[in-house]
Amino acid sequence: MKMLATFNVNGRDYDTVIEPHMTLADVLRDKLRLTGTKRACTAGNCGACTVLADEDPICSCITLAVLARDKRIETVEGLAAPGGALSPLQDAFVKNNAAQCGFCTAGMLMTAQAQLRDNPRPTREEVKQSISGNICRCTGYVKIVDAIMQAAEEIQAAEGA
Amino acid sequence: MFQSTYHRAGSVAEARALLDGAEEAKILAGGQTLLPTMKQGLAAPSDLVDLRGIAALRGVTVDGGSVTIGAMTTHAEVAAHDGLARLCPALAALAGGIGDPAVRHMGTIGGSVANNDPAADYPAALLALDAVVVTDAREIPAEEYFAGLFTTALDEGEIVTSVRFTAPGRAAYAKFPNPASRYAMVGVFVAKTGDDVRVAVTGAGEDGVFRHEGLEAALAADFSPAAVDGVEISGEGLMSDIHGGVDYRAQLIAVMAKRAVAAA
Repeated sequence: MKMLATFNVNGRDYDTVIEPHMTLADVLRDKLRLTGTKRACTAGNCGACTVLADEDPICSCITLAVLARDKRIETVEGLAAPGGALSPLQDAFVKNNAAQCGFCTAGMLMTAQAQLRDNPRPTREEVKQSISGNICRCTGYVKIVDAIMQAAEEIQAAEGA
Repeated sequence: MFQSTYHRAGSVAEARALLDGAEEAKILAGGQTLLPTMKQGLAAPSDLVDLRGIAALRGVTVDGGSVTIGAMTTHAEVAAHDGLARLCPALAALAGGIGDPAVRHMGTIGGSVANNDPAADYPAALLALDAVVVTDAREIPAEEYFAGLFTTALDEGEIVTSVRFTAPGRAAYAKFPNPASRYAMVGVFVAKTGDDVRVAVTGAGEDGVFRHEGLEAALAADFSPAAVDGVEISGEGLMSDIHGGVDYRAQLIAVMAKRAVAAA
């Protein structure tokens, strides 16, 4: 049963045709061609598919797309400025070599983005708790936590300036 | 994934009619268990009835000492509710410790309670708080509601609408989470009201959540971590799996009970 649906992603409305059993990850990647969001475990275990829905992180691979029609969706494509300048969080990931193979990175960034909005000055322990649903098999997490901590500092410094 | 027909119910009555009218319908709450299960081919409902659009099923209501939590309230909403955090911080903290942030923003108390996973956190809270599970048909005391592994007293098509309890005098929940899944290897919820102490254990029982009478009696006499030392925690009826054997879980029950009492 095909249906017309509109999704608000990164501030832009997309009209597309979906089927009710499609997940949000399927729609983002296969219909809207926003392939920054990754499908990895596809069962809600690894967090690679994390996107924000009304600012809350969710696993897009175990969320039906129909549930996301009335939400403001944010994906990794929306983090950088329109001109392409990286966000402070993305920049901190680059500077700290927090991405290795990169498959978890989009999910990590979105989870961290949500956390830093909620809690601009997290402790290292709070960062670890926050990314507990995002699995990285390369880095050992230390550089990811370093990057998020540094991004928090830089965002604070920029706002204070 | 299996191609189900999706329905967004506007009311509980409409949801019930949709469930009764479909061949093999399932209720969709947060979908954090149902969607992975469907993807694995372990569930193939003909129809999905989404309850998330029913406003009456959402939110936490605190009225004096009584707390009512709508079935479609997410774990994140329970964790962040100020009134609940004041009246029963143990339950707010429990909700804030379920899974990871993504699960907490989708998963609901009604979904968790209806699924009755033997390692889920909420069943321990409901049993220890002597809560009532309210459905579209009746009210079921937690004691009768949790009926075994992934089994509840719910009839086919019966819809959990809320959970209600009276706030305890003191309470706390301590769990030892599996580091990968964040499900409880063992979780112990302790609630003390007056002289009455209730202790419920999740993650450990072969038949799911259970009350521990030995711990309850010892803690009713002396509500202190040291009182746990005198209680024999039998391995009988405990789960054994790749994550831990019976002895290990029995030991964890004692340790988590102590931590909960110390925190209460």
